[in-house]
Amino acid sequence: MATTARQIVTEKVSQWEGFNVGLWQSGVNVRDFIQQNYEPYYGDENFLAPATERTKKIWAQLNELFLEERKKGVLDVSQVPSSITAHGPGYIDRENEVIFGLQTEAPLKRAIMPNGGFRMVLSALKTYGYEPDPHIVETFTKYRKTHNDAVFDAYTADIRRCRGSHILTGLPDAYGRGRIIGDYRRVALYGVARLIEHKEQEKLALDSLMSTDEVIRDREELSEQIRALKELQEMAASYGFDISVPARTAREAVQWLYFGYLAAVKEGNGAAMSLGRTSTFLDIYFERDLKSGALTEQQAQEIVDDFVIKLRIVRFLRTPEYDDLFAGDPTWVTESIAGMGDDGRPLVTKTSFRYLHTLYNLGPAPEPNLTVWYSPRLPDGFRSFAAKVAIDTSAIQFESDEIMRQAWGDDGAIACCVSPMLVGKQMQFFGARANLAKCLLYAINGGRDEITGRQIGPPIGAVQGEYLDFDDVIARFEKMMDWLANVYVNAMNVIHYMHDKYAYERLEMALHDYAPLRTMAFGMAGLSVVADSLSAIRYANVRVVRDETGLVTEYQTEGEFPQFGNNDNRVDQLASWLVSTFMGKLRKHPTYRNALHTQSILTITSNVVYGKNTGNTPDGRRHGEPFAPGANPMHGRDKFGIHASAASVAKIPYRDAADGISLTTTLLPEGLGRIAADRITNLRSMLDAFFGMTGYHMNVNVLNRETLMDAMDHPEKYPSLTIRVSGYAVNFVRLTREQQLDVLNRTFHGR
Amino acid sequence: MGGETMTWQKVSTEVGLDAKDPFELRVNLSVDVPESAVKTALKTGDMGFLHSFTTGSTVDGPGVRVVAWTAGCQWRCLYCHNPDTWNMMNGLPVTLERAIEALRKYRHGLKLMFGGFTLSGGEPLMQDRFAVRLFTAAKSMGIHTALDTNGSLGERLSDEELELIDVVLLDIKTWDPERHRHLTGKDVGPTLDFARRLAERKRTIWLRYVLVPGLTDDENDVNQIAMFAARLGNVARVDVLPFHQMGRYKWKKLGINYALDDVSPAPPWLVERVCGQFRSVGLIAH
Repeated sequence: MATTARQIVTEKVSQWEGFNVGLWQSGVNVRDFIQQNYEPYYGDENFLAPATERTKKIWAQLNELFLEERKKGVLDVSQVPSSITAHGPGYIDRENEVIFGLQTEAPLKRAIMPNGGFRMVLSALKTYGYEPDPHIVETFTKYRKTHNDAVFDAYTADIRRCRGSHILTGLPDAYGRGRIIGDYRRVALYGVARLIEHKEQEKLALDSLMSTDEVIRDREELSEQIRALKELQEMAASYGFDISVPARTAREAVQWLYFGYLAAVKEGNGAAMSLGRTSTFLDIYFERDLKSGALTEQQAQEIVDDFVIKLRIVRFLRTPEYDDLFAGDPTWVTESIAGMGDDGRPLVTKTSFRYLHTLYNLGPAPEPNLTVWYSPRLPDGFRSFAAKVAIDTSAIQFESDEIMRQAWGDDGAIACCVSPMLVGKQMQFFGARANLAKCLLYAINGGRDEITGRQIGPPIGAVQGEYLDFDDVIARFEKMMDWLANVYVNAMNVIHYMHDKYAYERLEMALHDYAPLRTMAFGMAGLSVVADSLSAIRYANVRVVRDETGLVTEYQTEGEFPQFGNNDNRVDQLASWLVSTFMGKLRKHPTYRNALHTQSILTITSNVVYGKNTGNTPDGRRHGEPFAPGANPMHGRDKFGIHASAASVAKIPYRDAADGISLTTTLLPEGLGRIAADRITNLRSMLDAFFGMTGYHMNVNVLNRETLMDAMDHPEKYPSLTIRVSGYAVNFVRLTREQQLDVLNRTFHGR
Repeated sequence: MGGETMTWQKVSTEVGLDAKDPFELRVNLSVDVPESAVKTALKTGDMGFLHSFTTGSTVDGPGVRVVAWTAGCQWRCLYCHNPDTWNMMNGLPVTLERAIEALRKYRHGLKLMFGGFTLSGGEPLMQDRFAVRLFTAAKSMGIHTALDTNGSLGERLSDEELELIDVVLLDIKTWDPERHRHLTGKDVGPTLDFARRLAERKRTIWLRYVLVPGLTDDENDVNQIAMFAARLGNVARVDVLPFHQMGRYKWKKLGINYALDDVSPAPPWLVERVCGQFRSVGLIAH
């Protein structure tokens, strides 16, 4: 981190009065500021304040707009290409807002963001009945190349084939990649002027280096970052705030931080635009104001509520194809809450409670994607409250603080669903996922697609004979994974090269240190399908049925075989083998900007689409049947209860899936205990045990099947029924019927 | 070893105890086991006959538990929701060794979740030697133990063996002797004797009371049980379990005449009234 001798002399900054001194004053170091200044909170939730009348009023106004939005698909569209300063200030109810700022000049009005890809913009406009503005069309077809165009200029034939056959899906080649978290806290703590100065120093440090490809790119990016910071100041000024200086009060701190985030969501339509880890940082400001008497608890909660309202109305203009993969209009405003500090103190503060409390004050909602960094060492009061919130709302998720802190440090945050990164010091190149179940079928069919019969993979020859032989299939599968890993890394390198070039996230990267750690986050779908299929081949007899062209299209499995999700090592070992083997193959190929290879076992709602695009599999799954989401066991095959099911998933080695392993569970309320107090204790106990046994992530739904069935028939009765799908939450009523049925078919634990 | 024996050994090692939940119907899983082997198993406890097995249960004793349901019961309760557990030969033969191995996988988690192992049924004490040996193994792994029983075979356990059981989930079906015979086909006396013996030995009881409208909701009966339980001094908790119809389909499938076809589930106010009766004598009831 660049510091100068001048800065090391502690400056008197009036906004910092009352804060403990530290290295955070001489460089950009938010973690140090937190560590020097926060006080853990060990109590329970009884201090929390209800929503004020003002909050209720604003929220009611928005609820009316939500209704209209749901009817029309989108409420309104602005065809002014979005940028940090493209739209003037916008308000919901100017006199009554506490925290200001909208993406466009009106709430829920979605802007176009063509830099990611113009095709997507056109398709979205068409879907919602808007005539594209001819000037915009001319600009983005004649004068300005987009990320999407550029990627296809450099794709190989292999990549195109894999995309077309859906063995590689959801690649961010037509839209923004997302999963980058700016350290928005820096805006509040330092003010923008100081951040600009810091970036200028970083750039200056490059002057002594020869202008190679890398150095030129870095200098250009830093210049863009500085430009974006200036635009951020300008945008804030349009709302009447001077954010060149640090925030003085809690309300200002929230406002400054939010402006930083707002600039990011004005600039980019990333697949996930996460917030970071802000509650304990902001708590320092709240505590200072509460102590001085400048703020009451009710006012503190009101600020948090208003902030969360703003986060709930972030919108992007997207296409129906996108919704198929990621249903329910998610934005992944993921906020990481709690966790432990390296020094053993919990990073739990009253503001951690205040964030969770918004789910009561405003009712359950999918966004922001509140994510508890869970450790059995967190204070009892917080663990109980988090368990209670999960039971009452099904809107929060839990991830292992122990695993992530050991891997990355104690100032990390989740981007999107399960991707951990150190805030402001690490970013990722997001890469959707490869369909490993399809890859297994290609191995059996010698690279031919099991649905179309077309040769997609290398022609290594199909299996011979009537029955599948385990060793033979494994050898072929290894070869096919070698090929797939190669194509996959190739595609990712092209995508991210072009994304940096044509749709660079200037503002988000301005809120990172220079040369952050970059990961390239690959992903896998179909884990449990493959594990069970291999288990069937190994422990039962799998007879193949071929069509007239010799293509294997059917499997007849005779006999019993162990299935993933029952804590049975015979098959759990196959699941772990798959994850580690594919990861090893990915690592063999060099990545763009020397990014560190990682992998996630996560599908979001795309498990349904993957199922549609994958033929019959040896485990007995039929063509079209959805995969299990993420790392979940297949629906209904985990037969020994949640402890056994979770134990199987917890065996997947994090080292080879460092971008996260997603488990979505659904529990019946009575399955958690006969009385309310028992339910809280028991869920807390389950989380303690799961995260105590190397579990990584758990989405917790506490729901009755009957409620969901009723909501399918009477969506109007359940406008805020929220469920966790795979790393995020959605309004149940905004899922397609197919996706709703998929949720209903899941294993509900408890009797 | 004869061919017959081979058949059931193969079954017991390769098929999981894979009932999706205790409500899944299971029949004839042990028909291939020769009678002599059954007799030896009952005498030694080398093998048990299990209906099903689950983890993550929060309604079978304290905390989050592993539960095994045994097959075989000498009672014929009118409201039984698992009539397929009446016949021991409906259960899956499981060696003691294998049952212990299955339990061992969960020993750490069970401690973290303040839970343990519950043996339920059927009537587990129909297979008392198997039960005792499983409890011995559980205790040696430091796992908390619970026995869910109707209590009538309690005398099969010695005083030392009672020490292996941390909580007895004792079902008292009803108080009135005549009604008890009508409801279960057996006498209530042995159950009450077992309860008294547990009290003497200072073993904790969680009392379970299934509330069936029109059958076990008699105010006086409930009062008698409540007073009896309060006097024992070792009843830590009373679970009032509202009757449900989830077992009805099993009666139909098994072709047994189901007397409670028209009975509706116990309404909340009735549950509250009965809980209140237990609470009025100083017991904790839910």
